[in-house]
Amino acid sequence: MPESLTEIVRNSEVIVCCGSGGVGKTTTAAILALEAARMGRRSVVVTIDPAKRLADALGIDELSNEPTEISGEWPGSVHALMLDTKATFDGLVRRYSADEDQAEVILDNNFYRNISSSLSGTQEYMASEKLYELAEESDFDLVVVDTPPTRNALDFLEAPQRLANFLDHRLYRILMTPTRGIAKAVNVAAQAAVRSISKVVGADVIGDAIAFFQAFEGMEEGFKDRAAHVNQLLSADQTAFVLVATPKADTVAEAGYFADRLSDNDISVRALIVNRMQPVFGTDDSGHPLSPAGARARATTLGGTAIGDYFTCLADARQLALGEAGHLEGLTEQIHPAPVVPVEVQPFEVNDLEALTLLGSLMVQPDDPAVASDR
Amino acid sequence: MSTGQLFPDSQVLIVAGKGGVGKTAVSAALAITASRAGLRTLIVELDGKVSLASMFDEEVLDHDEQTLVEPSRKHAGVSARTLTPDDALLDYLAGRGLKRISNRLISTGLLDIIATAVPGIRDILVLGKVKQLVRSGEQDLLIVDAPAAGHAISFLRSASGLADAVKVGPIHTQATEVLELLSDQEICQVTLVTIPEETPVNELIQTAYSLEEEVGVSLGPVVINGIHPDLAGLCSDVHSAASEAGTRLLDGEGELLSAAAEFRLSRQAIQDEQLDRLANSLPLPQLRMPYQFTSEMGRPELERLANSLELGIKKLESPDSPMGDN
Repeated sequence: MPESLTEIVRNSEVIVCCGSGGVGKTTTAAILALEAARMGRRSVVVTIDPAKRLADALGIDELSNEPTEISGEWPGSVHALMLDTKATFDGLVRRYSADEDQAEVILDNNFYRNISSSLSGTQEYMASEKLYELAEESDFDLVVVDTPPTRNALDFLEAPQRLANFLDHRLYRILMTPTRGIAKAVNVAAQAAVRSISKVVGADVIGDAIAFFQAFEGMEEGFKDRAAHVNQLLSADQTAFVLVATPKADTVAEAGYFADRLSDNDISVRALIVNRMQPVFGTDDSGHPLSPAGARARATTLGGTAIGDYFTCLADARQLALGEAGHLEGLTEQIHPAPVVPVEVQPFEVNDLEALTLLGSLMVQPDDPAVASDR
Repeated sequence: MSTGQLFPDSQVLIVAGKGGVGKTAVSAALAITASRAGLRTLIVELDGKVSLASMFDEEVLDHDEQTLVEPSRKHAGVSARTLTPDDALLDYLAGRGLKRISNRLISTGLLDIIATAVPGIRDILVLGKVKQLVRSGEQDLLIVDAPAAGHAISFLRSASGLADAVKVGPIHTQATEVLELLSDQEICQVTLVTIPEETPVNELIQTAYSLEEEVGVSLGPVVINGIHPDLAGLCSDVHSAASEAGTRLLDGEGELLSAAAEFRLSRQAIQDEQLDRLANSLPLPQLRMPYQFTSEMGRPELERLANSLELGIKKLESPDSPMGDN
């Protein structure tokens, strides 16, 4: 029998929330961490966005790169932190440099400073690094991580290796090393390329890049090793990838794309959380006067009256709910047997702990896991 | 503000907003509105998303222009294409005699190194390409479906950052040109999109001030997507409303109708609060687009959104409109 979301929250060591932007990923990640604390676990949630509102909702001033405990009435504990890409990268450089001097040279290098702000995939890489750090080197039972809101959110899986390859780039060797034979031909061409590029983007920036790779010499093995470990953790059984979506056609399509990419990496979706579902008012029985079409027909007949407005309102709601259910069918099948957890739009803004708690009780039911899996 | 002012000739409209607010649908509706007003319009999709094409029942877009709305008596035509940073960078290098080595640039990872060595170069080249498309004059209006809002700021700021960082050479020239484009109110406007909910509204307000202060771009009307139409009847009691209209409610119907109405009114209360807050915090004209009670945007929905945009733009023109006097 497939696990329910409740069991995932109870048993996993890592939960990765993926999905496109605007589907409530950050909030969902926080809710899952809170629910784990309610089960008596020590959890930590890592957010990627500067989620000021989440900090407010959790009752803390500001999220930083180090875990801040959230106070509340629960048997376990929950911490939250916001990923600081540069600080995390700096930490890695310090960890793998041979000595303080090597670290300083790298940290001072212009090219290095650009890496954390501009190299695509770095944020994903540091998110997974932070996750690894928290999972392996702290005493949290569960790390919940929110992923960057890009279409390539699954760069998350490939970023460590890609970055390791990038850092292993022997740009300076191409330029410096005397060469022979076939390698020489390649190098001459590459040197010519680098020279032409220097003309376009400026010699000093290329100089910075070369200096960086020189300074980095010797550290790439450490980084590669680390990347391999991070990947191992991400594909481990105790790591659960949870898809977060809304029931709109386009985000459902994106979620399907994420599920495909995950399965390309031999990772299965463990649960799908669908936020912002339209509440269903009435039945689907088309003979019933309150079917979507029935309600719409009554609305038309009664147009211009107050009760007509009531029927319009119901017809709008029913029509939306029906469409949403239709979009989710294919995705539900695609991720089968993983559970689908629908969460209705609430008649309030989700901006405090009370609201997070209420949503949590809709996603996770600590007392009766069987019920949650059936929903 | 007239349709002409919102869409002057050879103009760029950059559409930005948080994920999930319907930025792509708004871009498409703006394009249809412009096309109806006689402007040949090109949507430039930077996010590489598939949703734009599917709204028009088309296959996935790529960097070749694809017609979405054929020119006709009513339409000047809408086409669309994608524009990715890597395409723009390769295009740029190719234009400088480096075409031969462009494949090697990718396979050796040198492209990544260049982009890292010159932060913002991808963004600046994308904007540079946009400028080139504007200059080509093949279209009357370019609608740029920009990256999600947080990134939109760094995206648009890349020009001033680079113009400062790189003092000479072709990159400097490129950055300066892009800066000119962005700050030329006659040519370029940014339209921010939101939905009437707390977080997206906060983000919009923040983005608006950052863009104005840090980038110096001109902000066009704010588009608020997903406004629930008012149903005045929901305020009366359901049973008296029924008997007033001489209709009978079946068992349980009254409860269902009330529940649906109560839910809608609660969402509308959130909406009204956020609309007020936005109007008070941000002195920009607003274009409001109705919520579409469908989970899938297609051509009929886009046409309806375009209708409401047209109405909204007309309203901005009339001097007695409270939103139009800004």
